[in-house]
Amino acid sequence: MTEKQVGTWAVKVGLAQMLKGGVIMDVTTAEQAKIAEDAGACAVMALERVPADIRREGGVARMADPTKIIEIMEAVTIPVMAKARIGHFVEAQVLEALGVDYIDESEVLTPADEENHIDKHQFKVPFVCGCRNLGEALRRLGEGAAMMRTKGEAGTGDVVEAVRHARSVLGEIRRIQNMRPDELMHVAKELGAPYELLKQTAELGRMPVVNFAAGGIATPADAALMMQLGVDGVFVGSGIFKSDDPAKRAKAIVEATTHFNDPDILAKVSRGLGQPMSGLAARAIPEKEQLAVRGW
Amino acid sequence: MKIGVLALQGAFIEHIKILRARDVEAIEVRKPEQLRDLDGLIIPGGESTTFGKLAVEYGLIEPMRALCAAGKPVWGTCAGMIFLAKEIGRAQPLIGVMDVTVKRNAFGRQVDSFEIDLDIPALEPRAPFHAIFIRAPLIASVGKGVEVLAKLDDGTIVAARQGNLLATSFHPELTNDARFHKFFLKNVKSR
Repeated sequence: MTEKQVGTWAVKVGLAQMLKGGVIMDVTTAEQAKIAEDAGACAVMALERVPADIRREGGVARMADPTKIIEIMEAVTIPVMAKARIGHFVEAQVLEALGVDYIDESEVLTPADEENHIDKHQFKVPFVCGCRNLGEALRRLGEGAAMMRTKGEAGTGDVVEAVRHARSVLGEIRRIQNMRPDELMHVAKELGAPYELLKQTAELGRMPVVNFAAGGIATPADAALMMQLGVDGVFVGSGIFKSDDPAKRAKAIVEATTHFNDPDILAKVSRGLGQPMSGLAARAIPEKEQLAVRGW
Repeated sequence: MKIGVLALQGAFIEHIKILRARDVEAIEVRKPEQLRDLDGLIIPGGESTTFGKLAVEYGLIEPMRALCAAGKPVWGTCAGMIFLAKEIGRAQPLIGVMDVTVKRNAFGRQVDSFEIDLDIPALEPRAPFHAIFIRAPLIASVGKGVEVLAKLDDGTIVAARQGNLLATSFHPELTNDARFHKFFLKNVKSR
């Protein structure tokens, strides 16, 4: 291979590998993107409204205005991700043309297709997708996602759903590791997961791509909790810019993600951060208003 | 032999796995005391701005400079190469010990990330090395005493060595080819 090959599986998965152990922060303006970068974020997610506002204001949530995405891309040197609606492959084409570094096919936006997700193999830009369980994760990988994140319940500041989904995915991986091939085929049927990807996951003892946690992480301790449960990094959405002191909280969450196994450092960085986002108990949200149930 | 891998953020596990598969003791480094008694250090790929913030906050910059000054082999891949460079054309915290000028994100954004086979004469046995470049930096110029190890066809410098310091734009830790790790470990053994 003496010619450059772009858009390959190795470079798509590889960028996610470089993000590991880091914090990806939702930002809506160039100023917020700078604050995130200065706090040590390993990437930012450019969007029009943070999930807490989408939840409060309602209406149709779409891909962000390209002008805004370009402003954010020009403001920082770290990777910039942006969200497309589930199944909206033209929003994804627009984001690829803009040059974003990763596309999040996200349940936080209003789905454009209630059956099909984007055929992500058709793109040079890599995709990250949400999952609640291993079957959902492996279906997304089958469609070409190069990175996963557990969904949690975005815009709540309540970590309970993030924990539920991470435990579900990681627990299912532990369960399949000692299974025979014939048993794996049965599990593949049960989970609705592609057999080859399930077999690969069982052999590796982990998903074949990087897996972050998302949805409800609001404090340094929340981030460290997810890391100790076994995810590779964290997304923080509303948790930073809906808190009293975003710059300080962002920096504290970055430090907690690096030093997730060091309670002395966690105690130190958790002090004096002001009020976290006010939050909304995930349990109090009626099922039809839950974001995590979007995606199939 | 004990090798540290800077584990503030990024692809540190990949390096550790390759080292351990070769029966080399490898530890994650997040705090200054973990730099003691090391025979060598690897700074992995990741985000160089994130490394910088955390390295300053946790007092790692000076001890890492001291390790480099003591002649211990130190290898930076991608963000690690940026972290070792003396000059990168913008203000951000660096170890700043290697006499090279590095340009960040030099090939463009993620859609321009690429794979290519390189000829790297220093590696044994000599055969094309499959190199993965992810939002990669390049070496724009090298100072005296810096040996260029690999170039793209257009002459772009993508790997170099200066005494105990080694830098690569690409990610040998993302492939199954351990020749670059062997090359680094040979350097560690000879000191």
